[in-house]
Amino acid sequence: MTISEKGQSLVEDFSFMEDWTEKYQYLIDLSKNLAPMDTKFKVEENIIKGCQSKVWLKASFENELINFQADSDAIISKGIVAILLSVLNDRKPNEILNADLSFIDQIGLKEHLSPNRANGLSSMLKQIKFYALAYSKLN
Amino acid sequence: MNFDVENIRKDFPILSKKINNKPLIYFDNAATSQTPTSVINSISNYYNNYNANIHRGVHSLSEEATQDFESARTKIKEHFNAGDTKEIIFTSGTTHSINIVANGYTDILKSGDEIIVSGLEHHSNIVPWQMMTKKNNAKLKVIPLKENGELDLKVFENLISDKTKLVFINHVSNALGVINPIKKIIEIAHKNGAVVLVDGAQSSAHFDIDLQKLDVDFFTASAHKLCGPTGIGFLYGKKELLDLIPPYMGGGEMISEVTFEKTTYADLPHKFEAGTPNISGAIAFGYALDYLNNIGLDNIKKYEDYLLDYATNKLKQIDGMIIYGDTPNKTSVISFNIDGLHAYDIGSILDKFGIAVRTGQHCAQPIMDYFKISGTVRASFSFINTIEEIDELIKAITFAKQMLS
Repeated sequence: MTISEKGQSLVEDFSFMEDWTEKYQYLIDLSKNLAPMDTKFKVEENIIKGCQSKVWLKASFENELINFQADSDAIISKGIVAILLSVLNDRKPNEILNADLSFIDQIGLKEHLSPNRANGLSSMLKQIKFYALAYSKLN
Repeated sequence: MNFDVENIRKDFPILSKKINNKPLIYFDNAATSQTPTSVINSISNYYNNYNANIHRGVHSLSEEATQDFESARTKIKEHFNAGDTKEIIFTSGTTHSINIVANGYTDILKSGDEIIVSGLEHHSNIVPWQMMTKKNNAKLKVIPLKENGELDLKVFENLISDKTKLVFINHVSNALGVINPIKKIIEIAHKNGAVVLVDGAQSSAHFDIDLQKLDVDFFTASAHKLCGPTGIGFLYGKKELLDLIPPYMGGGEMISEVTFEKTTYADLPHKFEAGTPNISGAIAFGYALDYLNNIGLDNIKKYEDYLLDYATNKLKQIDGMIIYGDTPNKTSVISFNIDGLHAYDIGSILDKFGIAVRTGQHCAQPIMDYFKISGTVRASFSFINTIEEIDELIKAITFAKQMLS
């Protein structure tokens, strides 16, 4: 599935959810199922700045694909980073850079994009795109 | 409890707002207080009827604006019982006031001089002093906390000496709500010849403060914590000290004579009020004090203590509840965590219930470091809150806990 298709399938999943509790429960479940991050990567340099909770993000580049590992000390922040990774993980740098990310608005996570929301969905996205940009230059 | 909160709530238009389809429950009063209609109207009335620059205009509008601006200064002087209106400087708020004093003492202090701050300070009462000591090499010392969030006065008595020139302390900790024994601290400081600045941002809305009785040297507060607008506050200083320190900003209003060779500064308080001030803000600040005095700070304190006791007892019944600064000596602030849960997660879910609390470090990282935590949930109550709202908070926390565990 392309990023766009994957995003749209998420939008469909969310459209069946009736209220915020179901959305939050979904985030919490995603957070619990996120692949564990190697503790050696949970260091200061991998912390995403601008989040009220600690969010670590580490990327590696293999076979032209970027693989991300992430974790957070807050469950909801971890769920949000998990949603992003469910769409953007194991993609080519250019796919990420040119991605249609309208799904974020459509699933109602937009509230987390406001700069005051210290969980920093916007900071997470920025960091993911930084990695994509850096790896795109390697190619 | 004989306090007509339902009637008082009618004075606050924002309380009819819905958040996430729920009635707003505002428990972030320590960050900013809500604004009553009389204060909001005083701002529009100023712009509708007598908007003019103050002090030098000879026309009627300017005189009217000057009169109300100066009468706000008098209200502040009377409310806080300062000795003279000249000792009340309008500032943009507490942070600005602290910077005036820190800047003023930069050239007065020498290497080897010492200043003391408390371990309970907001970053705004730490950073300006660090900036100052970088310039004059004075030494910054810190009064440590005890486990219950109170300051360790025994250590303070050991830290202070004739080398200590300044002591800076908040009246009430913004992160924990703990009330500091400033009367005692001022007495000890004065015995050692040190000058004391008290940051009253978190105390002034909750109980009466008598500056002359306290014998405090500098005191500051922000209007927006006292039902007034943002961007206005005041610095009180004893006249002889305000005369001693140089002005912080140059410009109009603060001069008496200017040639290209030399400027003579204006008399107090104008020496520190360069530029056109926040005129409508100052006037509205006066109206906010009128509003509070009409209810009476004694009544407010009794009611807020009642809310605090009720909420503390209810919260303590929640399994895993940890309250920081759990002392009887505090204002209506509860800073807490639930064992195993992140403050951010709890705050996010409370927001869905329309409940506004603050989460994080509350601009007081040293306190969080002391308790070895990354942050807390802070619910801060005021006289506009109700017991029913606290019950909603308890329900929402219980829900969040279940959802997150």
